[in-house]
Amino acid sequence: MEPTTTTSENVDVATTTPEQSLTTRPVAAANSADPDAEVVFDMNDVSVLYGDFRAVRGATMKIRKNQITAFIGPSGCGKTTILRCLNRMNDFIPSAKVEGTVNYHGVDLYDPAVNSTEVRRRIGMVFQKPNPFPKSIYDNVAYGPRLAGVRKRAELDEVVEKSLRGAALWDEVKDRLKSSGLSLSGGQQQRLCIARAVAVGPDVILMDEPCSALDPIATARIEDLMRQIKADYTIVIVTHNMQQAARVSDMTAFYTTEVNPESDRRTGHLVEYNPTEKMFSRPDDDRTEQYVTGRFG
Amino acid sequence: MALMTPGKAGQTAGEITAAQLTSSKRDVAGIVMLVGLLVTIMSTLLILFVLIGRVVRDAIPVATGEGTAFLTNTIGSNPAATGIWPGLYGSFFIGVGVVVLTIPIGVGAAIYLEEYAKPNALTNALLVNIRNLAGVPSVIYGVLGLIIFVGWLEPITGGSSVIAAALTMAVLVLPIVIITSMEAIRSVPEGLRDAGFGVGSSRWEVTRDHVLPYAAPGVLTGIVLSLARALGEAAPLIMLGAVTGLLPQPSLDGRFTAIPMLIYNWSGRPDLPGEEIGWSNAAAAAGLVLLLLVLTFNALAIYLRNRFEKTRIGQ
Repeated sequence: MEPTTTTSENVDVATTTPEQSLTTRPVAAANSADPDAEVVFDMNDVSVLYGDFRAVRGATMKIRKNQITAFIGPSGCGKTTILRCLNRMNDFIPSAKVEGTVNYHGVDLYDPAVNSTEVRRRIGMVFQKPNPFPKSIYDNVAYGPRLAGVRKRAELDEVVEKSLRGAALWDEVKDRLKSSGLSLSGGQQQRLCIARAVAVGPDVILMDEPCSALDPIATARIEDLMRQIKADYTIVIVTHNMQQAARVSDMTAFYTTEVNPESDRRTGHLVEYNPTEKMFSRPDDDRTEQYVTGRFG
Repeated sequence: MALMTPGKAGQTAGEITAAQLTSSKRDVAGIVMLVGLLVTIMSTLLILFVLIGRVVRDAIPVATGEGTAFLTNTIGSNPAATGIWPGLYGSFFIGVGVVVLTIPIGVGAAIYLEEYAKPNALTNALLVNIRNLAGVPSVIYGVLGLIIFVGWLEPITGGSSVIAAALTMAVLVLPIVIITSMEAIRSVPEGLRDAGFGVGSSRWEVTRDHVLPYAAPGVLTGIVLSLARALGEAAPLIMLGAVTGLLPQPSLDGRFTAIPMLIYNWSGRPDLPGEEIGWSNAAAAAGLVLLLLVLTFNALAIYLRNRFEKTRIGQ
C-alpha cells in the first residue's frame, strides 16, 4: 500500500541548466532558514536501539522543505543512525528498532501500513563512499526510472540527461554515457550517485557524509551542487566537517554522546537544533559552542 | 635504538646508516618458509602429473587401436573392442541434470539464507544441517537415492536410470553449491545493496539486479567444483544399480551406466598375458574421457564466469 502524502507532489527532476556555471552561483541563497517553511519531517523523541543497546535517543526536530539541514557531532553520536531512520534504511539491520515517531508530511513512516520501498523512492539517499552500480553511467542513472516502469528510450534519455545536468556531471560524461560508472573519479562518482538519486524524482535527498572520501575541489563542487538543487529538494546531510555544515546548511543539529550510567557504551543524543548561523555564532548550549569552536570532538 | 647495531667508534652517522642499510643479513626464516611453500605446491603438481601421465600412457593403445570407435561403441566383452558410449551418455546427462537441478535449488536456498532469513534458531538449525550434509559420505547418498529415487519415485524416474542418478548426484552436491553460493553472496559489498535500496528497489530487485550479478562468478566456481565431484563419484552409482554389461540402447529412464562405474568395473578385471589392449588400458582410456568431459563442463563454466567477471567491474 502506498503512503498517502497530503501535500507533496513528486517533485520533478532538477531543472538546473548547464549555463548556471559553478563559479557564478548566487551565494546569497545559502543559509536562509525560513522558520515558516513547510515541515517535511517531524521527529518526536526518536530513539534507535540495536538489540538492547540504545544507540541514540531524544531526537525531536522538524526538518523543513527546500532547506539543507545538517547533522554534526563527534563519531558515534548517532547522526548517521538518525539519518537512516528517515528513509527506513535501518530496516535492513535485523536488530535495529526505532522508538518515537517520525512523521513525513504527516504520515507516520513506521506505521505498519507504510511500504518502505515506496518511502525510499521518495526519500533518496547518497552514501559516504561513492557506490555507483557496476554498470554504465547511463544505466546507473536510468536504473531507478526503469524500476518505476519507464520503458521508452526517449523518456529515459531525457531523464538521464536532466539528472546528470542536475548533478553538474552532464558536460563531463555526455560523450561516454556507455562507459562504466566505476571509470569516473571519486568526485564524479559521487555526483553520479546524486544524479542516480535525483533521477527517481524524490522529494528528499539524504546525504551521509557525501564528501568524506573526496578531495577539497570535489567537495566544493558537491557543496555548490547542494545549494543549486535545494530549490527542488529537501536535503538532510550528515557531516563530520563543521565548516561544511556552516557553508551549506540552513539548519544545523548538533548531536553528542554521553556515557550510559548502566554500561560503558555511549548513547548519542540531540543537544541543540537551530539555524546554522545561530549555531555557529551564539549557540544556546555550551557543548555546542565548545564543539563548533574546536574545543572537543 | 636497541634494535639497531651500535656503530664502531669513530664512524660517522652516515657511515653507520650505510653499513646498516647494506647489511647482507638474510631473513633465514622467511627463505625456509618460502622453500617449504614451493615444496608443497611442487609435490601437489608432481602427483597430478604422474597421475595424468600414467592415465595417458595406458590409454594410448586404446587411442591408436580403436580411435573414436571407443567413444561410439557399446560395452563389449573384449577389451580391445569395447566402447563407452552408454557410459558417456549416462555421465553427460547426469552432468546436465546436476547443473539444471542444483543451480536453481542451490542458489535459491543460498539467497534465502543470506538475504531473507532472519537470524533465529530455525535459520541456525538449517545452516548446521547444510554444513553437516556437505560432509556425509557419498555412499550414504547412494542408499538415499536407492530408496527414494529408484524405489518410491519409480513411476517418474523409471527406477534405476539416468534420471535417478542425476537426482541423487544433485542431492549429493547441493550442500556444497549452497555453501559456496552463500559465501559468494556474502562477499557482495554492503554499499551495493545500500545503493539499490537507496533508489527505492525492493529486496528482490536488489537481489536480482545487483547481488546475483556480482556473486555470479563465485557461484559458478562452486558449481564447477560440485560438477566435477558429481561426475567422478562411483559409490552412489553402485548403490543405484548402474550396469556394467551389455547396454545397446542407452536412455534417460531405462537401465543406465556412467563412466566412473565402467572404470571401477574394468579396473577389477584381469589383463590376459599377450593382449595388446587389456582391461586396464580400457579403464585408463575411460578415465581420460571422463577427465575431458569434466574439463569441457568446466571450460564452459569458466567462460561464463569471465563474462560475469567483466560485468561485475562494469565493462
